[in-house]
Order: sequence, then structure tokens, then C-alpha cells
Amino acid sequence: MKRSNERLEATSGSYANGVAREWPKARLFPQDWAAYLRGLITPFNVIAGAIILVGLVLVVIRFIYGLGAVTSASQDQPWGLFLSWGLFCGVPMSATGFVLGTAVYVFGMKAYHPVVKNAILVGFLGYLFAVISLLVDLGRPWRLPYPIIGNFGTASVLFLVAWHVLLYLTCQFLEFSPSVLEWVGLRALRQRAGQIIVGLTIVGAILSTLHQSALGAMFLLVPGKLHPLWYTPYLPVLFLVSAIAAGICVVIFVSQITRYFFKDKGDREYFGSLDKITLGLGKAAAFVLVTYFGLKLIALAHANAWDYLGTPYGYWYLVEILGFVLVPTILFIIATNRHSVKLVRFTAIFALVGVIINRFNVSMIALNWQLPEREFFAWKEFLIVLAIITTEIVVYRWIVNRMPVIRELPDAEH
Amino acid sequence: MDREAGKEMVVKKATGIGRRDFLKGALAVTGSLVGLSLLGNRNKVLAAEDFSGNPNRFGMLTDITRCIGCRRCEAACNKANNLPAPKVAFDDKTVFEEKRRTDAGIYTVVNRYANPKTGQPVYRKVQCNHCAEPACASACPVGAFKKTPEGPVIYDEKICIGCRYCITACPFYIPTFEYDDAGSPAIQKCFMCFQRISKGEVPACAVECPVEAITFGKRSDLLRIARDRIKNEPDRYINQIYGETEAGGTDWLYISGVPFETLGFPTNLGTKPMPELTREFLSSVPLVLAIWPALLGGAYLFAKKQKELSNETKQ
Repeated sequence: MKRSNERLEATSGSYANGVAREWPKARLFPQDWAAYLRGLITPFNVIAGAIILVGLVLVVIRFIYGLGAVTSASQDQPWGLFLSWGLFCGVPMSATGFVLGTAVYVFGMKAYHPVVKNAILVGFLGYLFAVISLLVDLGRPWRLPYPIIGNFGTASVLFLVAWHVLLYLTCQFLEFSPSVLEWVGLRALRQRAGQIIVGLTIVGAILSTLHQSALGAMFLLVPGKLHPLWYTPYLPVLFLVSAIAAGICVVIFVSQITRYFFKDKGDREYFGSLDKITLGLGKAAAFVLVTYFGLKLIALAHANAWDYLGTPYGYWYLVEILGFVLVPTILFIIATNRHSVKLVRFTAIFALVGVIINRFNVSMIALNWQLPEREFFAWKEFLIVLAIITTEIVVYRWIVNRMPVIRELPDAEH
Repeated sequence: MDREAGKEMVVKKATGIGRRDFLKGALAVTGSLVGLSLLGNRNKVLAAEDFSGNPNRFGMLTDITRCIGCRRCEAACNKANNLPAPKVAFDDKTVFEEKRRTDAGIYTVVNRYANPKTGQPVYRKVQCNHCAEPACASACPVGAFKKTPEGPVIYDEKICIGCRYCITACPFYIPTFEYDDAGSPAIQKCFMCFQRISKGEVPACAVECPVEAITFGKRSDLLRIARDRIKNEPDRYINQIYGETEAGGTDWLYISGVPFETLGFPTNLGTKPMPELTREFLSSVPLVLAIWPALLGGAYLFAKKQKELSNETKQ
């Protein structure tokens, strides 16, 4: 045992030496700069570059003239698109790593193994860019570490969210690290990192359970401000269950994207298993959405808010839970019964929009519903959010093009 | 009771209380140390852990029936807190044409409403209500807000990260944020002139009010004064002290001649302190931390064993 450990270290040592000299030249920088730069000029890159540039300019304006210069945030309505989209939609959509990781590594559902690394990467980037949105939104973003280093607001749900997002970001980075280490060429270290994945996944599941529900719990504090159709003591569990649904739907959606845009980056096992995985995920999504719909009804009955159903907010509420929860649930059931991969894919987007509508309702539209005049967000905010999403896509593409994300790691266990 | 004398008395109590309390406290601590009664305290069984706050804390009482809408409290507040000059002069009555709210640089505003019965103007002063258990303080992830034993809810700009959850959390729409400041944007609200109270002085708005619509004093005394006024002039007042129980009780109290909802007061808050709404969730956190590892670890071992068994049967 001891000898094998020594050998492991020796190999990783010599690897590391070699890597330090050769690797950046071979992997990080292009062999032929001129050809590389010419290759960069594609319609996608030009558009993406323009969007990011506009966003950057607006972010600079925000940090010179204050938040008021780019957002429509007011003294009555302090939060806008950066939080409603970036945090309250971004985090549930990033439940991918937690859901698939738990299924594969903890519950031993090996059939989903081909998509798990991609799910973890999407989750990691989702959290990373949620934090980036938050950095744009915070009044003093340079104080982001304050809740971690000594200023403990232990009575605050947001304090819990801050800690968990930090810990979970670290956790997901470590979960994804085997792919990074394989790309860097540190294979021995990569194999070691692979050994702690079960532990990391369990830690990740605990953290996700808590902070996904904590995002809902943040609104427990505002019974007078959030519309009675959305305010319920069940908010934490509703947020957790719908985050699981969102995570599953995002995996279905992103898997389909890889089929179009990363044809040469995946192995046969990955592309060969996608249809079966999509159907399985569709079934899981149906199950989760049935639960979610049931919980929504229980919450409505508990709040005894039936009378509000006949008001404009009530119609909008019905659109959310019938149009974007019940209908996708039924479609998922039909699709999986008929083995229609196509319908599962369509329904995944449909259901995902439903979760996004829910988060916008709770954090923006149904919040402060009694105020006479409201403006939800400004166009400049929208452009910054668009730039953040675009950056995330570009970073995702950069990683999938280089690291083993949708292909198996060599000598991986099954 | 003569108004002037009443105010005088309250002020005297307010200024004297610090020393007396300190002496009492010092005596109590010495006594309990000598008597080893600290041990006894530890064994005391509480039926419920209800928080009633410092019984001697200060508060303010606004008598809406007295207010004449002169806005001198606004001017006094502006001066006492070194706030920026107002856009519209403090003696300009045109501001009453719309309902204003607190803003960055404006800790308090007076709004005009119409008496639903007589049509006469009724003026309402708006500022932080200094909740007994403030929602803003429980929302703040860095603990920048603090309920002082003296009563005022104060704020530490040095640790604020600018997340603005306090603004979302406040049921009274009070805290404001400096949206036009990129370098050091801070939360602003009324601090009940904590800097003056600490020196034994009375908050500026109460001093400047020419009709004694604003009274400063111990909250318990103010409640008694409010009850007396309602009792002595039942036709002048409605029988309610706003802030006595709202959202768990606030240290700024109001009595009025017209129902509070006609003056824009939120009347849907209930009597539960806001922080209790999230307390239950936060107390479930250790449960998840304790139970999930066992459940998930168990599931993992179960799945692993099952795989081994199925491998054995295959062989």
C-alpha cells in the first residue's frame, strides 16, 4: 500500500514537472496564432463579442455612477433583474450538478453517468455566474466576503445562502476537477480527486437542499408585501422541489445543445445514450412536477387564498400553475409513455420556463403588488444580464472544447 | 395632566435612566455573584422564550390629532443628522399634493390625508418605527443592524455590503439606499437620534414640534400617556395605539382620530415579530445537516452492496 502511494506521488511529480514546461504551450496557447485568430471570426463570436462589450460598458457606468444609473431599482423595489434572473432563477437552474451527481454517485444510477460531468459543469458555471450577477448588484461588492469573515448575521437567511453558495461553489469545482486535471495532464492527481467524489456529492446534496430552500425562505419575511397567492410557509419546500425539476430540465436542454454544437467533443457512449437518458430524465421530471403541483395546491389551500383567483393576479397565478406546471407534467407523462424523446425535449424547455416564471413572480412581479406604480427593470439591466449569459455560454464552450466533459475520462470506473 | 409638565417629566426620566439603570445593573450583578444565584438562573425552566426587550427602552409617541403639518420636524431632522439640503424648502406646503416617502437623505416626511368624515386635513409623520424585533436586523447577512437596549434600531455602515435585503424585509417601507453613489452607498433611515439619546438629549423632531405632537420617553410611559389621552377624550381618538402590538410591537407609537388604514398605515401585519417567520426555517438547518449524511450515506452503501450482489449472481 505504502509503495503504491509513493509510486503515485512519483508519477504525479514527474508529470507536474513536465506539465509546467510543456503544457501551456501545447494546450493553452494556439500553435498558429494567425490561424487561431482568423478562426475566431465567426458570426456567433462577433455577435457574442458585441453583446459582452455593451454589457461591459454598462457595468463600468454602474461602477462610476452607482446602481441607479443602470437599474430601475427604487426605494420601494430594491431588487431587479440581477437578482430575479441571476440569483433566483440562476441557482435553481444550476441544480443540475446536485440532482445528477446524487443520482449517479450516491444512488448508483450508472445509466446517467455519461451526462453527469456535463451536469456538474453546468451547475458550477451557473453558481459562478449567479455570484457574478450578485457582484454587479451589491452596493459594495468588494465586501462580498464580509458574511464569511467575521460579520455573522446568524439570524439572516441570506447569511446562510452566502455561506452555502461559497461552499457549494468550492464543492462543485472539486467535483469537476477530474476533468480539469485530466486536461492539464495530472492524471495521478485526477485519479485521487475521483476518489472523493462520493463524499463531495453528499456534501453538495446537503448544501443544495438547504440553500435552494433558503432562497424561498428569504421571502417568508415579507408576508405583507408578497401577494397571498404566492406567500406561503411552504415557500422553502416549493423552491427546493421546483429546483430539482429545473435541474433535470436544464440537463435535458443542454444535452440537446451538445448534440448540435459539440458533435466532435463527445464519445459514442455519450451520444449513443442521450435518447435513453432523456426519456429517463423526462420520467423523473414528471414525477417531481406532480409532487410540485400537489404542493402548490396544498399551499393554496393552506393560505385559503381562493378568493384571489378571480382577480388579475389570480389569472396570472393560474397561468403559472396550470399552464406552466400542470400542462408540462401531463406532456412529460405522455412523452415518456410514448417514448417520444422529441416531446420530452420540448416539454423540458416548457417546464423550465414555468420555474423561471415562478421565480420572477415571487421575487419581482407579485412582490410589492400593492404599490400603485411599479417598474420592474430597465433595459440597461437587461443588456447587462444578456452579457452575463453570453459570457457564461462562451466560457462553457471554451471548457467543453478542451476538457473531457461529454466524453468518458480514460480508464474511468463504471 | 398638563402637557408641558408631562413632557418635562418624561424628559427627566429619559435623561436620568442611564445612570440609575447602570447602578441597578451593577448591584444586581454583584448580588448574584455573591449569592451564586447565577447557578440558580441557569436551572430556571422557561415555559416559552418570548422576547419582550428591554422594559426601560425609549420610544416616541406621535399624536396625529395634534399635528398641524408645519414640517418643522422634517427641518429639525435634516439639521440634526447633517442631511443634504432639501429640493423643496421645509416651509413649502405644496409637497402635500403627493404622498412622499423616506429617501436617501430624507429620514422623515409628513404626508397630508383627508379626514374621511369631515374632509379636514390629517397629517401623518413617517419614519422608522424602531420595531422591538426588527425585520431589517434579522434580514441583514452581516449583522449591520442592531436593536439597541435604549430602543433605536441603528446601522453600521462600515460592514454593510449593500444587498438591500433590509429594504425588502421592512414591512413599513422605511430603509433607503443611495443608488447614485458607487463608492460607498449606504442604507439610510431614522435612528431616533441615537447620537442625541446617548448624550441624554431628546430626538430633534420631538424638540422642535411646536404643538407637542411628538413625545419622547420610556416606551412604557408613552403607552400609559397614550391610554390616558384616549380615555380622557374618547371622541377625539379612536381606541387603538398603533405600534403597541403591530409586527410584534414598535417603539414608535401613534394615536389618531381616524382609522389608521385611512392614513396609509399597513394594518395587515399581525402581532407576530417578523423575525419569527424565518426562525423556524433556520432552526431546521441543523436537522438537515445531521440527517442528510446518514440518509444519503445509507443510500450509497445500499446501492453499492446491491451492485456487488448482482455482480456475484452474474458470476
